Amino acid sequence: MQASEQPIRVLVAKPGLDGHDRGAKVVAAALRDAGMEVIYGGLHQTADRIVEMAIQEDVDAVGLSILSGAHMTLFPKVRALLSEAGGGHILLTGGGIIPQEDMDALAEQGVGRLFGPGTTLQQLVDYIRDEVSNRRAAARS
Amino acid sequence: MTTVDRVTNASFEAWKAAYDRARQRDVPFETVSSAPVLPLTTPADLSGTDADAEIGLPGQFPYTRGPYASMYRTRLWTMRQFAGFGTSIDTNKRYHYLLDHGQTGLSVAFDLPTLMGYDSDHPRSEGEVGKCGVAIASLADMETLFDGIPLSDVTTSMTINSPAAIIWAMYLVTAQKQGTKLDQLGGTTQNDILKEYTAQKEFIFPPAPSMRLVIDTMEFATKHTPRWHPVSVSGYHIREAGSTAAQELAFTLADGFAYVVAAIERGLDVDSFAPRLSFFFNSHVDFFEEIAKFRAARRVYAKRMRDKYGAKNERSLMLRFHTQTAGCSLTAQQPLNNIVRTTWEALAGVLGGTQSLHTNSMDETLALPTEHAAKVALRTQQLIAYESGVANTIDPLAGSYFIEDLTNKMEASANEIFDQIDEHGGVVPAIEKGWFQREIAAAAYHYQRELDAGQQIIVGVNKFVEQGDDTKLDTLFIGPEAEREQLERLAKVRRERSQGAVDGALERIRTDAASSVNMMPAFMQASEAYCTLGEMIDVLRDEFGTYTEAPAF
Amino acid sequence: MTAATEADAMVRPERDLVARVRAGESIACARMMTWAERGDARFAAVYGEFESELGRARRIGITGPPGAGKSTLVERLATHWRAQERTIGIVAVDPSSPFSGGALLGDRVRMSSLALDKGVFIRSMATRGVFGGLARATDDLADVLDLYDRDDILLETVGVGQSEVDVARSTDLTLVVLHPGGGDTIQAMKAGLMEVADVYVVNKADMPGLEQLVHQLTDTLDVRDVPLDERPPILTTVASSGEGVAELAERIDALDAERRASGKRDARRAANLRLRVRRIVEGRLQHDIWQESGLARTLDERVADGRTLSAYGLADEILNAYRERRNLEGPA
Repeated sequence: MQASEQPIRVLVAKPGLDGHDRGAKVVAAALRDAGMEVIYGGLHQTADRIVEMAIQEDVDAVGLSILSGAHMTLFPKVRALLSEAGGGHILLTGGGIIPQEDMDALAEQGVGRLFGPGTTLQQLVDYIRDEVSNRRAAARS
Repeated sequence: MTTVDRVTNASFEAWKAAYDRARQRDVPFETVSSAPVLPLTTPADLSGTDADAEIGLPGQFPYTRGPYASMYRTRLWTMRQFAGFGTSIDTNKRYHYLLDHGQTGLSVAFDLPTLMGYDSDHPRSEGEVGKCGVAIASLADMETLFDGIPLSDVTTSMTINSPAAIIWAMYLVTAQKQGTKLDQLGGTTQNDILKEYTAQKEFIFPPAPSMRLVIDTMEFATKHTPRWHPVSVSGYHIREAGSTAAQELAFTLADGFAYVVAAIERGLDVDSFAPRLSFFFNSHVDFFEEIAKFRAARRVYAKRMRDKYGAKNERSLMLRFHTQTAGCSLTAQQPLNNIVRTTWEALAGVLGGTQSLHTNSMDETLALPTEHAAKVALRTQQLIAYESGVANTIDPLAGSYFIEDLTNKMEASANEIFDQIDEHGGVVPAIEKGWFQREIAAAAYHYQRELDAGQQIIVGVNKFVEQGDDTKLDTLFIGPEAEREQLERLAKVRRERSQGAVDGALERIRTDAASSVNMMPAFMQASEAYCTLGEMIDVLRDEFGTYTEAPAF
Repeated sequence: MTAATEADAMVRPERDLVARVRAGESIACARMMTWAERGDARFAAVYGEFESELGRARRIGITGPPGAGKSTLVERLATHWRAQERTIGIVAVDPSSPFSGGALLGDRVRMSSLALDKGVFIRSMATRGVFGGLARATDDLADVLDLYDRDDILLETVGVGQSEVDVARSTDLTLVVLHPGGGDTIQAMKAGLMEVADVYVVNKADMPGLEQLVHQLTDTLDVRDVPLDERPPILTTVASSGEGVAELAERIDALDAERRASGKRDARRAANLRLRVRRIVEGRLQHDIWQESGLARTLDERVADGRTLSAYGLADEILNAYRERRNLEGPA
């Protein structure tokens, strides 16, 4: 079996205190329907819980939905803890109400693309699929 | 169905033939809720409707045309813009600004730590203090929030749910310290815990103790604050979570009836509290569907309150509601378009007979509203009220075949959904089974797929997209200094209060929580002693336990 | 991150994997589980390095219909055994979408009180992502958790299909979890599931219909003529409040101790081993025929060319081609 044929595993979770889970659930369902294995991590998660789930589940990507304005605290924290736990290869992506300047600043810190309102499900699916297959290819070479 | 009437109606047949011959646009002709829309409605569609009984007159049962006889000819709706950010000092300034520009009521947005019952200095609050609303950790913050605003003269709406009883206690104590008597206070606490489990997900405790706190506030309000609305049963968040219009209507009313039942079980007479129940709906982009939803809400509520819950007082039968335009309809792309969307959503609320209204700011998909954006949103309401002429007459759309047919259909859908809820054993069992959550998630996903397929259109998102759209709005940035200032304020409170009074008050909360007495006096005592919100909630977490949602898709 | 450091990070989890799992490194355990789940040849290659160390952990299957409260029960049992300082590994298996092959796995959320406890390792698994059969994969995953020094391994499956029943069977002990008010649960249960139970757990025992369900269970055992002393005990729990969980855990402890002493556990393990080897052989044969020999494509092409074909004729053709490629003799 080729690694590229293996299903992509993605952890979808909502960090922080905000409970608006419409986006997280819609994305989780869309990734499932695109053939991915989605581990739904639920609401009100802390950074260390998210990282522990990502590690135990050996996911290719972590997708976080943050609408509360706390993205500049939460994304860097998850990114740092992931790398510390040996998950440097895991793609960290997500979406929410995030100004472009903040997206740029987070990209500098190793966070993947972040998606705002108006993103299509297909854009998300394509991004995760491409990014994960690049990372898998890099690991094989 | 009225097929027979139509067949015998030659002119209808002629129209139908002409219609069928015409080329039709290749779009689904459905509402934003994916409900099919007829090309034309005629008197035949209403042939089964008893207009006197079902539509009636404003201020008369079943209130389809409005709760009051004179509606906006006596008083316009309350223009109530939801606001809160940073520390209580920052938000207090914004309130003075809004009142100076003609706003007629206050509406408090709290930050997430406050909504979830954590103090600003709790580790879980890091990065969230003052971000989505104002941080209120103790009575000191509440006193600052309303500094220079006499609570006897304004009405205040507070969007708070899990910790609502405690935040309300802080408000009551603030008013008393200003010298205002409790029976003079007017306003609303959202305090609708049921929709937290189904939609907004800002719950702390399991449903049973949460319901007890809601009923405690209803009981206290009945006895001490006759002008206060202790619960605002909210469909807004259900809709924002992705439900259809009919689901919003039915789920919200079902939640409302669940409070009615629980209060009756407490021993309250339905007519003693029902006149102070209020509702809160979303006004989404589908103009007519929304108007029909508002009109149907009043009719369904009045019938059920009278026939099922035995209400006799007229005021117990009238559904009164606040409206907010749909945040989820706004786009980050071409954000100035949001002003236009908000305008007709607001208009739908007014034509639906709303009692108060919040219009969203154009920049809400980007950040919290700036002062400028908030002012344009307020002006939108003022333009509708003073220039459009729609407030001059009552329920102008009544009698429209289309609107009345849609109103009937909304009522029928609501009744069908009530039956489904009953099949699941009622609202709380259906929550515990994840039924509402699954229904809402399925509707949200369905809509998103229609959007992706181009069957639903959002201008600027999947049609008339501008490459390199460079409309830049200034946004309100809540920097880390707000969190720092708030932490200092809280540290000062902790330093300066009497520890003995704090310990005693918290002990009383523990004792009262374990018994079945009304908890409001204990919360007021603890507020006065400057116990923090987190300290009080922690005692309740201990006594009541916490709630974790089993995910439903 | 540059491509080079990314690649380095990606490779690193796979170096010295056995030693690192043995040393309790969670990311190493997770990666070896992925190998096991996907039937990666590297798993079979390193298996010999630790095979002799396996068998220490207690393996418990938990199965039952959807909505019986299995995840919550697993959380409660894990909490009970954690209080005795036993380490826990959990594999929660959920069905994949039959349409997309993807899956939405949400069991962890019901076990959130166990998060951040280093003594608990939870892994979610989708039924379709595995290679060579579900039970083949869960056996291997349990082996990894055994190497990872877990005292108790809990395998949770939805008792809906034969492969899930096989998972429940390939353990030291199996709980079948039912709940009252689930309709005529017992009638609807997949044949075979009722038979694999070592313990019946009637969860949500605070719901109406409890007595009726217990009667139904007893009747089923009567009909099957199970001798009284071999009958699985029926225990009741309310997992959401924890009621009855300590009694259930103690019953499991006692049953396990008794079976070890009597040699019944070893006999069951031997029987399980036999089944497991058959599954591995069958899995490998399938892979050999369809993938290695490229006959999956041959089949697709033959069907696609549109001529009317006989099912048996085509099957013979495939098998003959396979034998030819492998230089095997045909049937007599």
